Amino acid sequence: MLEHVQLDQKTINKDLLGGVLGTPSWWLPTVLFLTLVVFTGLGAFGYMMNKGLGVTGLNRPVFWGFFLVNFVFWIGISHAGIMISAILRLTQAEWRRPVTRAAEVMTVFSLMAALHTPLFHVGRPWRDFWVFPYDFARGVWPNVRSPFVWDPSAVMTYLIGSSLFVFIALIPDLAVVRDRAKNVWVKRLYSGLCLGWRGTPRQWKLQAVAGILLSALVLPVFVSVHSIVSWDFAVVIGVEGWHSTIFAPYFIIGAIHSGVSAVAMLMALGVWMWKLDKYIRPDHFDAIARLLIVVATTWFFFFFLEWVFALYTLEGPEIVLRELQVFQWPYSALFIVFIVTAYFIPVPMWMFKSVRRSAFWMLITTILVNVGMWLERFIIIIPGLLRRQPLTFDWGTYHPSIVEILIVAETFAFVALGMLLFSKLFPLIPLFDIKEGMTNRREFKIGRLTIPATVRE
Amino acid sequence: MAESWGMIVDLDRCTGCQACVVACQSENNIPINEEEHFNQRRAIQWIRVERYWEGEFPNVRARFVPIFCQHCSDAPCEPVCPVYATYHNSEGLNVQVYNRCIGTRFCANGCPYHARFFNFWEPEWPESLTNQLNPDVTVRSRGIMEKCTFCIQRIRRTKRAATKSEGDSSAETIFANPELERALSPACVNACPTDTLVFGDLFEMLSARRAGERLPKPKNRAQEIVRRELQDAENGRGYRVLEEKGTNPSVIYLSKVDKETVEEAVSHG
Repeated sequence: MLEHVQLDQKTINKDLLGGVLGTPSWWLPTVLFLTLVVFTGLGAFGYMMNKGLGVTGLNRPVFWGFFLVNFVFWIGISHAGIMISAILRLTQAEWRRPVTRAAEVMTVFSLMAALHTPLFHVGRPWRDFWVFPYDFARGVWPNVRSPFVWDPSAVMTYLIGSSLFVFIALIPDLAVVRDRAKNVWVKRLYSGLCLGWRGTPRQWKLQAVAGILLSALVLPVFVSVHSIVSWDFAVVIGVEGWHSTIFAPYFIIGAIHSGVSAVAMLMALGVWMWKLDKYIRPDHFDAIARLLIVVATTWFFFFFLEWVFALYTLEGPEIVLRELQVFQWPYSALFIVFIVTAYFIPVPMWMFKSVRRSAFWMLITTILVNVGMWLERFIIIIPGLLRRQPLTFDWGTYHPSIVEILIVAETFAFVALGMLLFSKLFPLIPLFDIKEGMTNRREFKIGRLTIPATVRE
Repeated sequence: MAESWGMIVDLDRCTGCQACVVACQSENNIPINEEEHFNQRRAIQWIRVERYWEGEFPNVRARFVPIFCQHCSDAPCEPVCPVYATYHNSEGLNVQVYNRCIGTRFCANGCPYHARFFNFWEPEWPESLTNQLNPDVTVRSRGIMEKCTFCIQRIRRTKRAATKSEGDSSAETIFANPELERALSPACVNACPTDTLVFGDLFEMLSARRAGERLPKPKNRAQEIVRRELQDAENGRGYRVLEEKGTNPSVIYLSKVDKETVEEAVSHG
């Protein structure tokens, strides 16, 4: 049940457009720093493109490294958008309102960050477009059996879907910005972007229908994107530990775990950096933390199942791999950090109401979850690739090079920078959605008790 | 008539001399593997002789296992390539089209034999060796995969030569003529001093094996060996590496025969 904070429309406009019409003092230095990191990463990519993948730590048989770990991580984060805006919208969860846009925007930018990887990690990046059924002059259709053909189509579908979703939800707010813009050029820009929004009943109806349609249409992508990413690994019989049928649901639930955590992190950051505490209330944190407990525990169940399935076969190579993951340095240390940060610290903490209602502790725990989930992908991908398999002659080692680390850092800076630039141009919390929520709210008095409620026609 | 090229590796004959490695290196324009490449674990050796130690001191034995692309009939590398850079041709060869390859390295992860190699650097040769490059083989660029081709250039050349001289390019005609057989066999086979490697058309054998039927009458020397060693599960020495993965490889290994096992067999005789 949501606690009631009634604000008038003027306050809402003033608060939520604060980031767009004014600039917080920390904004410019942060953006400059992130731009520096992004350009360093791009420089590292240019260097790698010039010299070849030899400048990475990749070798034979560890053909995939940090890049693929990062790819899976960002696709996982991108699941936040669908979870929050589509599923919570369709289930009419009231607490989603302030976070839908931030979640969707993060989806868009994390998908772009994920797309960096296939672009960067292949041997000849300038030929990447060959995986699309596009270059008919070559006379070769892409191999539709390969998950690397499904990957770009699924990710692009998701990217287009969520960009449209962001835009549809933005239109009414763009009109608000247009009406308040002082500079004539800014006014023209927003006039163009809001597509002539006048706020007529017909326009509102179309906008609402488009939002619901897009959430419903994007739902299949919710299942498909990370399943396909998991098949990048599950179809491979050459690597022990990858060839598992549980990978698709396991990856999806892992993606939701990291994605929803990332949304909670964004909410906490919003409270901390933009002072949005009037809109993102402790009960919002409470609701998302309850959801997170369920998601994290489901994820942990799948994680456990994956181990059961692996060890149940009692095959030598599989047991060797699991020993490597758990007992051998440095994977042992990473494994402990992973399991503790992804589950055993945050979930017991979320059990306490005081943690669930505190932006600070939610920030800490959700950052921990995402550290853990990055490591989870590392633990899945790298130890398997070391190939501690019967052909012992080719056992591998892997040490990421500085180039890989810079490029991974670049993807993080890219998403943060994207979010910050977006927050400068557009309100991060949907104004109309908040207003709608406020309008729908009623209070019922039963005896001496006041009960907040949401009224829908 | 479609062939299904295959190889037999008699581990009992292999002395680990590495002649096959050198022959392959020069036949297929493989860049020189310097110490640095081995330290980086990025050396390219289409055929490599894996050495394993067996037993406790002082009864230690070195085991040599030449490993190269097994040209699997159900190759795990083929379905995962997004751009059809690797596919199965009508001669049972798992071929790699360098020009199509974009270097996702997905195939290399799929291969349980570690038979695929990625060009992490632009390949380079010392000035003195540039004239030694084989004009029949593409010099690969950086960023693409490569692997053993069963010397497809020799197969093509010999088939053309056989059509010209004998009017027929079938495997029977070629294997009837020792000169053509030598021209067709991969460089490693020709270089092997101990006759460890035998190359041949294993079409009937591999398809019968795949269907789970009895192996038919052999048509050439390679098929003879396969029939003798693979048919009889009890006494035959034939096996295929990691066959349990379901890859259906085209290379048949004949296991090592130890002095002790032979003596034991004779004494129980």
